[in-house]
Amino acid sequence: MAKDLVKALADLKEQEVTKIVEDRLKANDDPLKILEDARKGMEIVGNRFASSEYFIPDLVYSGEILKSVTNLVRPKLTKAAESKKLGKIVFGTVAGDIHDIGKDIVVFMLDVNGFEVHDLGVDVSAQRFVDKIKETGASVVGLSGFLTLAFDSMKQTVEAVKSAGLRDKVKIMIGGGQITEEVRKYTGADAYGKDAVAGVALAKKWAGVKQ
Amino acid sequence: MEKQREMSSDEKQEELFARWMSPKDTQGNGLKFQSPQAEKAYKERITRTKDAIQMEKLPDRIPVFLMPSFFPVYNAGLTPHEAMYDYDKCCMAFKKLVTDFAPDVQPGAVAPGPGRVYDILDYKLYSWPGHGVPPEQSYQANEREYMTADEYDALIDDPSNFFSSTYLPRVFGALEGFRMLPTLTGILEIYGVAFNFIPFGLPPVQATYRALFEAGAEALKYAGIIGACNAEINAAGFPGLWAGFTKAPFDVIGDTLRGTRGVMLDMYRQPEKLLEAMERLTPIMIKMGVGAAKTMGQPVVFIPLHKGADGFMSDAQFRKFYWPTLRKVMMGLIAEGAVPNPAAEGKWTTRLEIMQDLPKGKVLWMLDQSDIAKAKQTIGKVGCMYGNVPSALLALGTPQDVKDYVKKCIDIAGKGGGYIVSNGAFFDQAKAENVRAMVEATKEYGVYK
Repeated sequence: MAKDLVKALADLKEQEVTKIVEDRLKANDDPLKILEDARKGMEIVGNRFASSEYFIPDLVYSGEILKSVTNLVRPKLTKAAESKKLGKIVFGTVAGDIHDIGKDIVVFMLDVNGFEVHDLGVDVSAQRFVDKIKETGASVVGLSGFLTLAFDSMKQTVEAVKSAGLRDKVKIMIGGGQITEEVRKYTGADAYGKDAVAGVALAKKWAGVKQ
Repeated sequence: MEKQREMSSDEKQEELFARWMSPKDTQGNGLKFQSPQAEKAYKERITRTKDAIQMEKLPDRIPVFLMPSFFPVYNAGLTPHEAMYDYDKCCMAFKKLVTDFAPDVQPGAVAPGPGRVYDILDYKLYSWPGHGVPPEQSYQANEREYMTADEYDALIDDPSNFFSSTYLPRVFGALEGFRMLPTLTGILEIYGVAFNFIPFGLPPVQATYRALFEAGAEALKYAGIIGACNAEINAAGFPGLWAGFTKAPFDVIGDTLRGTRGVMLDMYRQPEKLLEAMERLTPIMIKMGVGAAKTMGQPVVFIPLHKGADGFMSDAQFRKFYWPTLRKVMMGLIAEGAVPNPAAEGKWTTRLEIMQDLPKGKVLWMLDQSDIAKAKQTIGKVGCMYGNVPSALLALGTPQDVKDYVKKCIDIAGKGGGYIVSNGAFFDQAKAENVRAMVEATKEYGVYK
């Protein structure tokens, strides 16, 4: 039965997932076990996205199904789920830019790959990035941006991290529609990822995870 | 008596090109060019572009199209806010663009748009300079579910009524009163007439109409200044490329009605409704594009493509959801002589094979980051392409980098005609010397011998 939930979620069978979760809750199954299966299912979704079997609509839909699972399970939870994370990452779309689709995909992929991601949202000022790095002690920072104006915001953010004395404590990656190696150099970031999969690979490399 | 023969689509296309070649001024009379040289240059530029599009004979050289968004505004030392609120300044910036860079074709002074009109209508779909984004930045879209998941039937049943009574009041705060309007098709005979007019007496509806009058007057003022500006740019010898725009039905729903997340969930939860709604919108999108071409008297109709890009869906989903109605819209435009200009923003390399299924010499593609060599072997065999010079290169590279890149594009895509040098995506920030290098490199390397 446990396997069924993993598979149903990985295969994006929304109604099946709901039914299994409801049945397991009725049978007084441990809600944490249900969430752990859901996490495994999402991990498979992430792998399928990485291997180009799944695309953005599939990610969006899986996220939606997961939301309904957590909504069903939450009332039965007595203690919070704990899982070991690979590392902490601060992520956001830089100041002046409100695009979120690309950022959300990378955050999703980092999350299902076991990172603790602090998503600051869009139009995030350099100061908010700095504050969040200090607060969380994150070792990786992801800057997203779609517009050409984002190049300057990224550069300013990298400089703000430097002025705060944090530059040697974090690795910074950038990404977005018009980002190239030239932009990476311009901004002073450590690397750029051409897509979400590349972003995950960078984060894993920096966290010292064997791939 | 012999019935008058209807023109073929080829003849209709020729007629639109001929009208483009003989532009009108704002009064509808033949445009007076600045000089005989300007008139000659205008016609040469169109001929060059037409030859590239039709792919029947080689142009004298590869044309160059400059496709900025707010770049002309920055180039003139203005902020986007100034360009959106002072129409004369906006006009000055776009006139400066053609005198500074002399491209073969350009889009005219249309990108900034009238900020006051959006203020009056309380437009929520966008944030614009001074209204949600800083004065020195470009506008950005606020994507939301402006149409909810359960409203497909209402859209399919009567798209126009759905827009006026439901969608428009959600995206324009000032059009709140439209929610109270009756369906006008209920006004049929003397019995009941008065009841149908009751809503027009209600204060919220009257407030909405007052806002409309004000917005209309402002839009007219804007159109007068920008129309005269574009006519002046034409009179100096520089044709504008676009008659107007239309959209792929999937993007109509995915961009501004349901939003990206919404439309993606609909692909799973209610695919039949989504498909039906797109079919319903198809003739409407055809009429929109054809209407623009006929009114403006020029063939090229812009179609910005968004949510069919690589990664945004699988090829199977693309074949099912995105391509069929987009192709129908393009075929509908072609039948009426218009030249659809689908703009493949971002990367569309995996879609190229599917998208080559179109008649030859009828379509103008914009390429952003798709593989240009593959594009030349697929969509480029039947259709003209422009673009591929990256925004990042124009913003951060050197003039020599730009020239090298343009030369590479010409070598790959220019062979045998059917290519126009251009940047790949609308750009705001760029170095002027890089933009100049793009134009100069085309004139230098792009001559067909």
